[in-house]
Amino acid sequence: MSQVLQNQMDKRQAENKQVAKKPILIARDLKRHYEVGGGMFSKSSTVRALDGASFTLTPGRTLAVVGESGCGKSTLARVVTMIEQATEGALEIEGDAIGEKLAQGNKELRAKVQIVFQDPYGSLNPRQSIGKTLMEPLLINRPDISAKERETRARDMIAMVGLREEHFDRYPHMFSGGQRQRIAVARALMLDPKILVLDEPVSALDLSIQSQILNLLVDLQDRLDLAYLFISHDLSVVRHFADDVMVMYLGKPVEQGSMETVFSQPRHPYTKALLSATPVADPTRKSKRIKLSGELPSPMNLPQGCAFNPRCWRASEKCRSTRPVLTGAGDGAGTDLGDHLAACFHPLEDED
Amino acid sequence: MTDNNTDADTTLATPIAPPGPLREFWSYFSENRGAVAGFYVFLLFLFIAIFAPLLAPHSPSEQFRDFLLQPPVWEEGGSWAFPLGTDPLGRDMVSRLLHGARYSFFIGVVVVSLATFFGVGIGVIAGFSPRWIDTLIMRLMDIVLSFPSLLLALVLVAILGPSLINAMIAISVVLQPHFVRLTRAAVMTERTKDYVTAAQVAGASTARVMFKTVLPNCLGPIIVQAALSFSTAVLDAAALGFLGMGAQPPTPEWGTMLAESREFILRAWWVVTLPGLCILITVLAINLMGDGLRDALDPKLKRS
Amino acid sequence: MSLLEIRNLTVEFRTASGLFRAVDSVDVTVENGDLLAIVGESGSGKSVSMLAVMGLLPWTANITADKMEFDGHDLRSLSAKARRQIVGKDISMIFQEPMSSLNPCFNVGYQIKETLRIHMGMGRRERHTRAVELMTQVGIPDPEKRLSAFPHQMSGGMSQRVMIAMALACKPKLLIADEPTTALDVTIQAQILDLLTDLQETTDMALILITHDMGVVAETVDRVMVQYAGQRVEEQMVDKLFANPHHPYTTALLAALPERAQSRHLPTIPGVVPGQFDRPQGCLFSPRCQFADARCKSQPPGRAGQELGSVLCHYPLVDGAPLNKEAS
Repeated sequence: MSQVLQNQMDKRQAENKQVAKKPILIARDLKRHYEVGGGMFSKSSTVRALDGASFTLTPGRTLAVVGESGCGKSTLARVVTMIEQATEGALEIEGDAIGEKLAQGNKELRAKVQIVFQDPYGSLNPRQSIGKTLMEPLLINRPDISAKERETRARDMIAMVGLREEHFDRYPHMFSGGQRQRIAVARALMLDPKILVLDEPVSALDLSIQSQILNLLVDLQDRLDLAYLFISHDLSVVRHFADDVMVMYLGKPVEQGSMETVFSQPRHPYTKALLSATPVADPTRKSKRIKLSGELPSPMNLPQGCAFNPRCWRASEKCRSTRPVLTGAGDGAGTDLGDHLAACFHPLEDED
Repeated sequence: MTDNNTDADTTLATPIAPPGPLREFWSYFSENRGAVAGFYVFLLFLFIAIFAPLLAPHSPSEQFRDFLLQPPVWEEGGSWAFPLGTDPLGRDMVSRLLHGARYSFFIGVVVVSLATFFGVGIGVIAGFSPRWIDTLIMRLMDIVLSFPSLLLALVLVAILGPSLINAMIAISVVLQPHFVRLTRAAVMTERTKDYVTAAQVAGASTARVMFKTVLPNCLGPIIVQAALSFSTAVLDAAALGFLGMGAQPPTPEWGTMLAESREFILRAWWVVTLPGLCILITVLAINLMGDGLRDALDPKLKRS
Repeated sequence: MSLLEIRNLTVEFRTASGLFRAVDSVDVTVENGDLLAIVGESGSGKSVSMLAVMGLLPWTANITADKMEFDGHDLRSLSAKARRQIVGKDISMIFQEPMSSLNPCFNVGYQIKETLRIHMGMGRRERHTRAVELMTQVGIPDPEKRLSAFPHQMSGGMSQRVMIAMALACKPKLLIADEPTTALDVTIQAQILDLLTDLQETTDMALILITHDMGVVAETVDRVMVQYAGQRVEEQMVDKLFANPHHPYTTALLAALPERAQSRHLPTIPGVVPGQFDRPQGCLFSPRCQFADARCKSQPPGRAGQELGSVLCHYPLVDGAPLNKEAS
């Protein structure tokens, strides 16, 4: 396993050295808060679904966002895709700041970021044939393209994602989950986006289909130089697929860094717990699971200090009163972690 | 057992095409025998409505002064010239009933079209608009629904003046809130689905999302409601006609016919019973058909 | 005598477009204290066979079996009333969606006590004591207070614990867990799986775990049964299955695991699981199998011996290479 990891690491580092690309998307301290409740008789309260995430996306690379339900990873996807506006923070795509521009309905900017959803059964319009589904984005965004050209492009895209010509006129109910996910990917690519947000694209699929879709995504990235924001809760998929990782807990990133360093030397106790809880398909490996006691706290009622402290085995007085910030200084360890960031007062050392 | 298995395997192995949506619909629909019967009666009704002038032996308004209140053919004194007898003015019952089907069908189509068009439009808008507009629309609909429907229709006709057209408008107004509610509920469930978000990410305008993306997926329950409203429209129109607020004599509308001949109920049963029977059969058939449609189209009742 | 013994179970559903065979002559044997996993992808019929045992299938299902015995009772000839006395008491089941498995109208305590009242005929106070005991057993903190909580007030993990408490209420001999952790987060999944295996060890109850997650299988169970398109294609002890799978499907499935990947490209299984309308002749896996030949495509395979994992294959694999291939 570690040998494989090493190989991949070497390969990718070699690639990265060749071309140090400029980031295409820069997000600074993105926040998204919701007002909930607030009926006639109750006071509304604020849910901090996403509470300060900063990251960059680079063409040809994949940033994976991992975390459990309620950690804000899907909200992050919706903010980056401009389905929802950030409450605070800045989002910049190829130097264009999003914010006022979105309000003016800037279609060009929107076309640069597209999304693939988790559920292949809900993400396709059941009353639209595949051809119409694929041509719709062009019809809306590129009125200069003729109907004939639209159809040619849609047919080319069908071939590119590995479907057959005759699928063009069929309806979604005639396809299996894996085929539908291919169609969803094809639709996302119709506008030649630079960034693809993948919101759990394979978690609703069977194992044998999952690998087909992952391969397709790898191929497309190599071919089109796409930047991926890959949202997942499945760490074994992330380990295979991602270049960089951001671990989130209750709306905040708690650890951020390259895939190799985060997976081999997790600094945040939560990352460590997440890694140890992920089942590994190897019966000979005796797992030393870190048992996290307790459940996720309600996002409306966050604990004081570090959000993870009620479940953390290393929590101290400081953790219960002060909120740690995401830093590369590696406080407790006394060593500089560089690009590997963690939000913890007592980060794990190598031997832990 | 094993023999059976291999047999079954080979039959299963022969490629069977998955059923098209229309065949699937029919297979669900035809499971309900009442619905199929209702459907055939409705087809007959439609046929009569279209070809009434060709089928009717006489004009519906021609008065045969020598044959006032002649009984149907099987009663004593009946004749084949007037198989179902004549009314107090000597008009042929068969011809009047056949032409009545025309009016009823016309009323049903117009009322349902009006109610569906406005109801669905308002419903979609309510489903997509901000909360306060939505609340405003829905409370308005609640007010309309809080009146007894026939009473409200009566009041509307009283304001507009009694005529068939006004009766149809009044009935559409009364029926339309049902469509608003239904459409809004369907839109609310559909609009959170991923394919709608995907259309928005692709840059679709709100109007496009409302009417091109979401609305076609809400049609199932709306069709069922339209079918059931058809019978309500026929029934309400007949009731308004009976109360003198709908079609005016000498129009051979079933409800009006009933009202006209009310006083003869003891002397000549056929002039009252036959139009009543027509209303009953038509409404029953459409309701049965509507139930079948619900079985076939309502996703909640669908078995996979 | 085995606790659960099923021979040649076939389940067919009557659909709008003809019969659909969901389970195809499956055999299952479970002894007291067994820990068995049934693995398969969607459409493999892994849940349907267990629902048939529980008698929970809709009326559109035709169930046939040569033998279907639980603890000496013939489940085929049992009346509905007699079946109800076994199901829920000696056999229990928990489901994938804990949030929708609990009735939102009643509090948790009522739902646990209801089971106790119906099957055990306990008195009021006795029921309360037992309910608290069960809640403690499944690791719910503050059980006295939680008994009066309603399902919507609890998280998914807590709801699943309550479901397990209800399932354990009558000390069942067999617990069937149908994807019990699929809807839960990994840290909670780890807790629930530990709880289930602990309970299985301490109470000597048999546990059948239905899942699609190879990781969960590897870490949890002793014996694995692999199902494909309604058929039992392989059955082995867990360490042997992962070390040396004999059926090409199992082999391909394990190779497709991202964590076993050797390169950026994952090995895949081409095609999809056959559905109602494209069931192949011969071996059901043949259209997707890299070792398939003319014989596989025309004749249904026989079952190999136990030493080869009872695989349903013409050419069982040994160390990744097909056996008997030259002979044909």
